[in-house]
Amino acid sequence: MLHIVNKSATERNSLESCLRMATKGSAVLLIEDAVYAATQGSAAAAKVQAAMADVQIYALGPDLDARGMAARVLDGVKVVDYGGFVDLVTEHNSCQSWL
Amino acid sequence: MKIGIMVSEGPYNHQASDTAYLFARTAIEKGHSVPRVFFYHDGVNNSTRLTEPPQDDRNVVNRWSKLAEDHGVDLVVCVAAGLRRGIKDDILAPGFRISGLGQLVEAGIQCDRLVTFGD
Amino acid sequence: MSDMMDDMDGGEGVVKKFMFVNRKAPHGTVYALEGLEVVLISAAFDQDVSMVFTDDGVYELIKGMNTKGIEVKDFSKTYRALEGYDIEKLYVEKESMDARGLTEDDLIVDVTVLDSGEMASLMAEQDVVISF
Repeated sequence: MLHIVNKSATERNSLESCLRMATKGSAVLLIEDAVYAATQGSAAAAKVQAAMADVQIYALGPDLDARGMAARVLDGVKVVDYGGFVDLVTEHNSCQSWL
Repeated sequence: MKIGIMVSEGPYNHQASDTAYLFARTAIEKGHSVPRVFFYHDGVNNSTRLTEPPQDDRNVVNRWSKLAEDHGVDLVVCVAAGLRRGIKDDILAPGFRISGLGQLVEAGIQCDRLVTFGD
Repeated sequence: MSDMMDDMDGGEGVVKKFMFVNRKAPHGTVYALEGLEVVLISAAFDQDVSMVFTDDGVYELIKGMNTKGIEVKDFSKTYRALEGYDIEKLYVEKESMDARGLTEDDLIVDVTVLDSGEMASLMAEQDVVISF
């Protein structure tokens, strides 16, 4: 299953709730303001790194670029473009947006 | 693959409609189809032709209209959510139509995937 | 008028697992109310519908709301009508209730309480997940 998070982890609890309910082997895609969580030194970095033991974390490249955060992405986080976003949706049997 | 989309926020205030549009356009470019985009909550505000952004900004409404024209995407505005927010037939941009919530459930049933963009 | 979907025939008779995820408190925003409206409509399509309440979404089910003072509709009683629409799978996440000092006795309807792991498994087996 693909989980999509779009809010900053220092503003909302959506990433935290997502990671609590993402089963092992699922994918988590960070888009829009959620991409900050995938960057070095962010408050959520440790949580994201710990989560990568069980789930693959992706971040949307154009959103990282737009926020000046592309060079700070955590090791292990896969950066995808919109084409990669579409592939993630089609490769997984369903998706949940953590609004 | 058939991918349905729900947009739950209006244009400009939130990125949701931009992300949904770029996702939809890319999905179509990659050979998938986007049979329907359903606009709900404040998302109904994406449908008004009265929108006039500054010249140097993207026109969120026109982009959706063009996607509908070029690729036959069915842009459905929820009637109940629309009426609450003053969205009626006579102000709809090209390609949009007003219909019931059943169209969202139907998209969920008939599409292979349903992706929600909101806030 | 749904001719764009004509090439998608075969929808009739299909039963998918739909999960509606409620994570927001009522009244402060419209998501809870408009989300409930979708759930009610979905009943007409004979799908396998589940409603999930996590995070602040559990506040939607609190007993004894009185919205007169804020002059908005009290839709909390509608949750009790869901049974009449054959929507009987209501799930609440235990961790979300615990974090808010709530128990099942505080809720306006009968629900099934699941822990995060059980909720995760339930979510993973759905065909369509819609979040408000």
